[in-house]
Amino acid sequence: MAQAVKQIKDILFLIFFLIVIPFFFKNDFYYEIAILSLLNAIICIGLNLLMGYAGQISLGHGGFAALGAYITVILSSIYDISPAVSLLVSLVFMAFFAFVISKPILKLEGHYLAMATLGVGVIIYIAVNAQADLTGGPDGMGVDIFKIFGFEFDSNIKWYILSSILLILVIVTFKNIINSPYGRILRGIHDSNQAVSSVGADVARYKSYVFVISVVIAALAGSMYAFFSGFISPAEASFNRSIELVVMVVFGGIGRVYGALLGAVFLTVLPQLLTSFEDYQTLIYGVIIIFVMIFMPKGIISLFDKLGKTNAHS
Amino acid sequence: MLIVRELCKNFGGLKAVDELSFNVKRGTVHSIIGPNGAGKTTLINMITGIYSVTSGEIYLRKDDDIKCVEEDDIKDMIHGHRENITNIPMHKLVHKGICRTFQHLEICGSMSALENIMLGFDKFMSKNIIQTCLRTKRIKEDEKKFEYEAMKYLNMFNLEKIAYKQADSLSYGVLKKLEIIRALATKPKLILFDEPVAGLNPKETDEISQIIKEVANEGLSVILVEHDMKMVMKISDEITVMNFGKKLAYGKPEEIANNQEVIKAYLGSNYA
Repeated sequence: MAQAVKQIKDILFLIFFLIVIPFFFKNDFYYEIAILSLLNAIICIGLNLLMGYAGQISLGHGGFAALGAYITVILSSIYDISPAVSLLVSLVFMAFFAFVISKPILKLEGHYLAMATLGVGVIIYIAVNAQADLTGGPDGMGVDIFKIFGFEFDSNIKWYILSSILLILVIVTFKNIINSPYGRILRGIHDSNQAVSSVGADVARYKSYVFVISVVIAALAGSMYAFFSGFISPAEASFNRSIELVVMVVFGGIGRVYGALLGAVFLTVLPQLLTSFEDYQTLIYGVIIIFVMIFMPKGIISLFDKLGKTNAHS
Repeated sequence: MLIVRELCKNFGGLKAVDELSFNVKRGTVHSIIGPNGAGKTTLINMITGIYSVTSGEIYLRKDDDIKCVEEDDIKDMIHGHRENITNIPMHKLVHKGICRTFQHLEICGSMSALENIMLGFDKFMSKNIIQTCLRTKRIKEDEKKFEYEAMKYLNMFNLEKIAYKQADSLSYGVLKKLEIIRALATKPKLILFDEPVAGLNPKETDEISQIIKEVANEGLSVILVEHDMKMVMKISDEITVMNFGKKLAYGKPEEIANNQEVIKAYLGSNYA
């Protein structure tokens, strides 16, 4: 019961924060970074379900997000299907795609899964580069405005609100999964595969379902980002992008929903804050990540845990 | 209850289990003993579907109303009252009523003791993914119901005090018990204990012997692999002795204790 109250409190606090923060935005660029942060956070929360709970690392989530986005965009921009329907078709296809590739891939464990997803990610990258007549190749392609039932998302504020709502929905879903019998099995898989199969749960099936969920979430956020920026290029499918997503999850706090959120926001905003250092930007970025990982191996969320504890004592 | 026929397991050229046959009767404790490396754990792992079987068959009785005696078993084999469960993976066997504990603890350390037991009730809970995402009433009710059930089980074993403690922080003896309770929570017909009292003190050993005896009295069949001879002799109804993967002897505890071959191979001459 106390747990449920705390969860509602956390969500309310997040909603409050999401409402207040735009008042500090000086121009549209702030909105763009904020929206990118929120969409990254959505992908990371999905990825965290796979990494933090099922204990599997995917190095292909950049590729999965981009593939989902390309399908949505190609359907809506080239075949003139309404954006919402395109998105839905793309998500269903990605669920199917993830399910099919999960079958052989999830038989592998640990580093092999990382390598296999890496391979799939790279294949996606090569494919979207090569299919120039559909995807525009390395130059990328323009994307029409996103609209649902004639309502056009044509301003940054609308996108900010849409991303915020999606984020809240993803967090609530994540919490619902984790606090259910389903989630207990996932947490169990992380601790001991044998324990979970000895109570009658098929570990491989659960891993494959979690993989599907995390890929669909990535495809959703990827598609949204393409609509928002009005442009998509193969860079979205690059290996670096996949690594970036994994780093965000680990940096924020693996296995923690708000950890993934913090990690995504922090690492999306940080490079912008460091632009004034010019040539040294990447160096400082790297040093910050290294120091956080040394002093907060459980991610920056652990800092907030400590703050929470001191508050509780005083 | 369980019929094992000419079971073999080869690891490369090594015959870990070699043409082993035995039956486990309903409501009895059937112990499997033997020196280290005799193939006891390999046998358990084959029965529970962790290792694939090289050759031979394992059958589970379908109808558990019929009193199970050895003669019946052979008759049943002809009349098909049994199900071949050879090479069925562990998670499927749980749904057929077979459950096990492990020689080396397999507990979910990051969860509370209570949640570890709730894991045992998993096969009775709804795990529809759409209902889960929406957290429907069904999911909430299930959680509540089985939390209560799990607490009842912990109460039965006087472990209610540690219900909300994280499993990692609990002692080895308590975790061994938790694993047994988790296995019982799946409501099995046949339960396999792989060295349940290894590393425990005499008091804890007595407690676990008591639990196993009660489990058998309630009509469950038990397969017990254990090195603690005092315990084995006390609670077993039948004993199969293994040596180098083969059956060395089979009989009631007193027969085994006086069997010259068993004394030579395993018990030691100063036994009894």
